[in-house]
Amino acid sequence: MVSPQTMRAVRESGAVPNAPYLLEIRNARKEFPGVVALDDVSLRLKRGTVHALMGENGAGKSTLMKIIAGIYVPDSGTVTLRGIDIRLKSPLDALENGIAMIHQELNLMPYMTVAENIWIRREPLNRFGFVDHAKLNRQTEELFRRLNIDIDPDVLVSTLTVAARQMVEIAKAVSYESDVLIMDEPTSALTETEVAHLFAIIRDLRSQGIGIIYITHKMNELYEIADEFSVFRDGRYIGTHASSDVTRDEIIRMMVGREITQMFPKEEVPIGEVVLSVKDLTLDGVFSDISFDVRAGEILGIAGLVGSGRSNVAETLFGVTPASSGTISINGKHVDIASPSVAIQNGMAFITEDRKETGCLLSLDVQENMQLAVLHDQFTRFGFVTQNRLSAICEEMSQKLRVKTPSLDERVENLSGGNQQKVLIGRWLLTNPKILILDEPTRGIDVGAKAEIHKLVTQLARQGVAVIMISSELPEVLGMSDRIMVMHHGRVTGILDRAEADQVKIMDLAAR
Amino acid sequence: MTTTSESLAPLRTRRRKLPTELSILLVLAGIALIFELLGWIFVGQSFLMNQQRLTIMILQVSVVGIIAVGVTQVIITGGIDLSSGSVVGMTAMIAASFAQSADWARPVYPALVGLPVIIPLFIGLAIGTLAGVINGSLISFTKIPPFIATLGMMVSARGVAKWYTKGQPVSGLTPEFNFIGFGIWPVVIFLGVALIFHVALRYTRYGKFTYAIGANPQAARVSGINIEKHLIKVYAIAGMLAGLAGLVTAARAQTAQAGMGVMYELDAIAAAVIGGTSLAGGQGRITGTVIGTIILGTMTSGFTFLRIDAYYQEIIKGMIIVAAVVADQYRQRKRKKV
Repeated sequence: MVSPQTMRAVRESGAVPNAPYLLEIRNARKEFPGVVALDDVSLRLKRGTVHALMGENGAGKSTLMKIIAGIYVPDSGTVTLRGIDIRLKSPLDALENGIAMIHQELNLMPYMTVAENIWIRREPLNRFGFVDHAKLNRQTEELFRRLNIDIDPDVLVSTLTVAARQMVEIAKAVSYESDVLIMDEPTSALTETEVAHLFAIIRDLRSQGIGIIYITHKMNELYEIADEFSVFRDGRYIGTHASSDVTRDEIIRMMVGREITQMFPKEEVPIGEVVLSVKDLTLDGVFSDISFDVRAGEILGIAGLVGSGRSNVAETLFGVTPASSGTISINGKHVDIASPSVAIQNGMAFITEDRKETGCLLSLDVQENMQLAVLHDQFTRFGFVTQNRLSAICEEMSQKLRVKTPSLDERVENLSGGNQQKVLIGRWLLTNPKILILDEPTRGIDVGAKAEIHKLVTQLARQGVAVIMISSELPEVLGMSDRIMVMHHGRVTGILDRAEADQVKIMDLAAR
Repeated sequence: MTTTSESLAPLRTRRRKLPTELSILLVLAGIALIFELLGWIFVGQSFLMNQQRLTIMILQVSVVGIIAVGVTQVIITGGIDLSSGSVVGMTAMIAASFAQSADWARPVYPALVGLPVIIPLFIGLAIGTLAGVINGSLISFTKIPPFIATLGMMVSARGVAKWYTKGQPVSGLTPEFNFIGFGIWPVVIFLGVALIFHVALRYTRYGKFTYAIGANPQAARVSGINIEKHLIKVYAIAGMLAGLAGLVTAARAQTAQAGMGVMYELDAIAAAVIGGTSLAGGQGRITGTVIGTIILGTMTSGFTFLRIDAYYQEIIKGMIIVAAVVADQYRQRKRKKV
């Protein structure tokens, strides 16, 4: 094991050993409390290649990438850079060793100029110790010329488009003389021309001997830009192939190829009338022309990659972000859902994707969290909350859902993720919903609580509730849903029946 | 962490629900004891065994206490109200101008003297409420931070107070009006509004929504709460209470001056924070604020009792306020680590 300082010295002296791989990761393992994020994962990056990482959400790509970028330190396994074993302790450490990461959410300071952003911490100084802006801009121009980027170094980053900001990030990475570049879904916010420009720059970097790790969900990009790709699934390494060797179907199978276990207690229940009917629902710039029906007792799964607009559709249905156009009908009657309270009045309930951001009142107790959505109508008299009645039904609900908490007075932040989720489910069940929207109902919770939540959803369907369930976990969607709607890029790419749906078909629709 | 293991939750022992107030009460007792001790050593008399001193002490802070009851509610929603001190000055001036007696030589409105006391009282509360509604509307509809909205109101309301009579004090108030500032009345009013809003925060839907918005505005919104409307209500109440404080101030002094209430907003915020209200929102109680107010009063009274120079008083008071917020941050951080 060599310290980063020595490594830096080795690099600066030019005595880099002629290693077969630019970067090699062997048997990396990373555990978080309760989850094994990476298990025995290996990766080899050759000089002058683009190496794509593929896998479903949660497959472990991000964790691996963060290990390479020095954000996480692996629990075990080795990282070998240019033939030398190395231990990266921080992103700065990685950067100084020639590894740069371009984050999905760009890390630029919006109210500083392009040049200032690129050379931050390394500004050229004049002899009085002040920043030499002329030189700063000059060296930025040189850098841009080398990369074929046409941006004025002296403008504020806040005035640039997303694509231009990405170029600035890339230039910044190159300015560190990095030869390992990590790109996390760089094209997700770009137009086609911008993508073409980005690819031109990537090819240029590749020809200069830089190795690029490229994370993507888009199959066509794989063929267009990547030389090799590695597939991950459930935190495990599946295999590495040259992109020209493999067909699209084979890749999808590698990505999803697990058996569906029988942990989903799906029951056949009588399906009733259409309860919710959505027609041409559009939220400008986010999703468009979404149409579907959900019937009483039916579970409609919504699948799609992160960013496909699934959660946005749910938020619009519930009035969090009211639709720009399109219609929503409940029991055949047109309703204008302008706010969540209108949605609640119409018998809807919405368990949001992010427990902490939009669900729990972390600083308050279980009782306050559970009763929040029923304070409007019943349970208040002359503005006073009928606390005794309310406590009784919350107690009953928490027993029914088997919430593990010492008492209803316990702060919600002291509960485990699964129990927090149950409290939120309880909050909405108290409203007696006719339409239940669940966004990632089992994310980040353990297997036991997961199964209980699945069972509960099935029970609700049996009682005639129309359920919409968004999930990134394909086995969950396949196991629970009567029909599955697949979204891609803010559009519905298909609605599959339970009988015809399988993982390959869904991934095919989701990753066009 | 999202993924605390399942087995942890049931193992926690049941926690009794009286922590914050009790600890603040202990702080108050501690401060009082220190003054008692120093009193015997340096002044040769008891600090506490003096009913007159205790009465004056609580009388001095009851105006700040009335404001603090409103400010506490604002802080629980995650906001702040810097305008209350200026609103005190503004309402004192305007209300007093409708409370002048007929025998006063130079009234502001010669045609409107000797009015029934209900008129200036109503006008005072209405003006305070209006200032609060403006604060709340600015915050709700323009989405500017509460700090900025109420800072604007702080400057403007003080301007109104000075412009109203071009800086002249308003005197010659009717005895009926002065009555609300007479004797122990300010204390009764303070404890009365404290009781009302203690009940409102704990037992009404208004209170539940106030905490919910402060704890997590997005979750509150998804749960069907109209956040904009509710925030306007909370700021309106804070404004109304500042208006009430203005009435009491003018009545107590039997005159109104444009400079009344300067820095009261900061004392009120300090009282709330010392009393355990978290600036992060979602936490705080009126009982704590009442104790916090009394702590401020005890400090002022105790320093005077020990004949400590007013300059030192301010220096020490500043340090104590900062220490309270540091303790608050520390509590927050400790909580997050659970």
